[in-house]
Amino acid sequence: MLSKGLKRKREEEEEKEPLAVDAWWLDPGHASVAQAPPAVASSSLFDLSVLKLHHSLQQSEPDLRHLVLVVNTLRRIQASMAPAAALPPVPSPPAAPSVADNLLASSDAALSASMASLLEDLSHIEGLSQAPQPLADEGPPGRSIGGAAPSLGALDLLGPATGCLLDDGLEGLFEDIDTSMYDNELWAPASEGLKPGPEDGPGKEEAPELDEAELDYLMDVLVGTQALERPPGPGR
Amino acid sequence: MGRRDMADIISTVEFNHTGELLATGDKGGRVVIFQREPESKNAPHSQGEYDVYSTFQSHEPEFDYLKSLEIEEKINKIKWLPQQNAAHSLLSTNDKTIKLWKITERDKRPEGYNLKDEEGKLKDLSTVTSLQVPVLKPMDLMVEVSPRRIFANGHTYHINSISVNSDCETYMSADDLRINLWHLAITDRSFNIVDIKPANMEDLTEVITASEFHPHHCNLFVYSSSKGSLRLCDMRAAALCDKHSKLFEEPEDPSNRSFFSEIISSVSDVKFSHSGRYMLTRDYLTVKVWDLNMEARPIETYQVHDYLRSKLCSLYENDCIFDKFECAWNGSDSVIMTGAYNNFFRMFDRNTKRDVTLEASRESSKPRAVLKPRRVCVGGKRRRDDISVDSLDFTKKILHTAWHPAENIIAIAATNNLYIFQDKVNSDMH
Repeated sequence: MLSKGLKRKREEEEEKEPLAVDAWWLDPGHASVAQAPPAVASSSLFDLSVLKLHHSLQQSEPDLRHLVLVVNTLRRIQASMAPAAALPPVPSPPAAPSVADNLLASSDAALSASMASLLEDLSHIEGLSQAPQPLADEGPPGRSIGGAAPSLGALDLLGPATGCLLDDGLEGLFEDIDTSMYDNELWAPASEGLKPGPEDGPGKEEAPELDEAELDYLMDVLVGTQALERPPGPGR
Repeated sequence: MGRRDMADIISTVEFNHTGELLATGDKGGRVVIFQREPESKNAPHSQGEYDVYSTFQSHEPEFDYLKSLEIEEKINKIKWLPQQNAAHSLLSTNDKTIKLWKITERDKRPEGYNLKDEEGKLKDLSTVTSLQVPVLKPMDLMVEVSPRRIFANGHTYHINSISVNSDCETYMSADDLRINLWHLAITDRSFNIVDIKPANMEDLTEVITASEFHPHHCNLFVYSSSKGSLRLCDMRAAALCDKHSKLFEEPEDPSNRSFFSEIISSVSDVKFSHSGRYMLTRDYLTVKVWDLNMEARPIETYQVHDYLRSKLCSLYENDCIFDKFECAWNGSDSVIMTGAYNNFFRMFDRNTKRDVTLEASRESSKPRAVLKPRRVCVGGKRRRDDISVDSLDFTKKILHTAWHPAENIIAIAATNNLYIFQDKVNSDMH
């Protein structure tokens, strides 16, 4: 996974332990431990940062500070690599700089889209947790506290942002109900996972928009399914 | 390390206002309180040792069903309330929930009830022939801990700091993007006083890293950011303190610029001095003293481990560059202390400008052993006991340290071990 060809232990990613340190870097023989000259470090540093960013975003609840610092560092690295002349001397044919440019441009777009959509997801997640919020909203007048209004919390449940809740898609929610009544295309895009690919960026923004009639219908369905089970209690 | 071992990792250390009690929190959600034994005339050398006073489970792991996330039980911070009666109180927090705990002592027990016997069973009323007044008899000391308040659902992001106001009625809690003000007696409501969440999360470039109330002015507090700035806010100026009263920021040193400049400038801890005149901040490589009257730059900067400056790339690779070290003032604000790697911790005397590196290890912690100063050599002449930079153990980090409010007693958390060092003889530190 890393540019030097050494593998990190896979289980590190399974653990929720953010401080787990794989000891391979302590090996004095390992090239990365030694100081690398800045010019050559740029492209491997870029790769490393992208790796860190993806790893961070794949956490169920990313460490915001870590994420923000990695993103800002990545932006700095990108900025320094942007002009073709600033690219590190790569032993490759002359056509390489333009190819590298395209790679950078596409990875930049992909990166931006990933970052954008995933940071957007974070605010969707916050919309969920606003639902059991106490009366803190009474504080500063005229200010809306947090993201989505509490009433939309339930709706966000079925939105694309919480793929973790919909592992087996919306079908799972309605397993014991005759679904022929409300099989319609409205639900089709909503079962995307939490981790979007680069092309999901623009698509994601459109998916959560539902008009009023659909919201009402949705509420009826929810009320109907909730009648089958114990109604959710408040908060904790 | 198995999961059980990881639960013992100490995550916070805090003396109470008199220094009589020392609380530690760990990754497993437990709080252990140590109490200083009173000085004994019979054994003057064993004066002031800390023994375990109470242990309790503060937080349990929780599962947020809505978001399908596990909430860690790790105690991020403990803060003592000023003592107002015989009981002690402290606030402990994990990522999401703050709890107020009351610690009381029971050393007497009523005996001689009329209606129940020694074991508490109801007496046969026909055997009761006279009335007696129950008498309080001494018993073995029992320390009772009970949760008095639970402040939940106030934070979407991870809580990194709590701070009790000098008014002793309110306290604040800060997460990555927001700071809330609570009344100690009210759990269903909090007031948001700082909110740096951008309208569009894509525009997020900075988070809150630490915050603290001023020790004397109940309207002032400071918060630090991941970009290395400090904002002093006045709650009298506005209900929402998004606009700071003062912004403390040091311009980047152009000669030291690197891709990692921002990461190493991120402030991991901020502490007001006891006098209230200064602030102490810790970033990755330095500790800085700021004068509240000067925003342009710190008045003092101390290098904690500058030899790491050339290793930043490796430290970025292994994530050590994101480690958050705390810092502490001594009681007279003349010495500052912070932790480092290899179980080293550093002390800086602000008056003499001398500094020392000490190690928290089993060898050095034999009772009454004098700590030997350590040195890290960066090449060149190497003395016998020097450690070379490349031999430093980066898994042994001293992130949490505390200094007794009045005396030269320090508490150092080294992973899952707590070290308490006392200065019996006036050393050359002051």
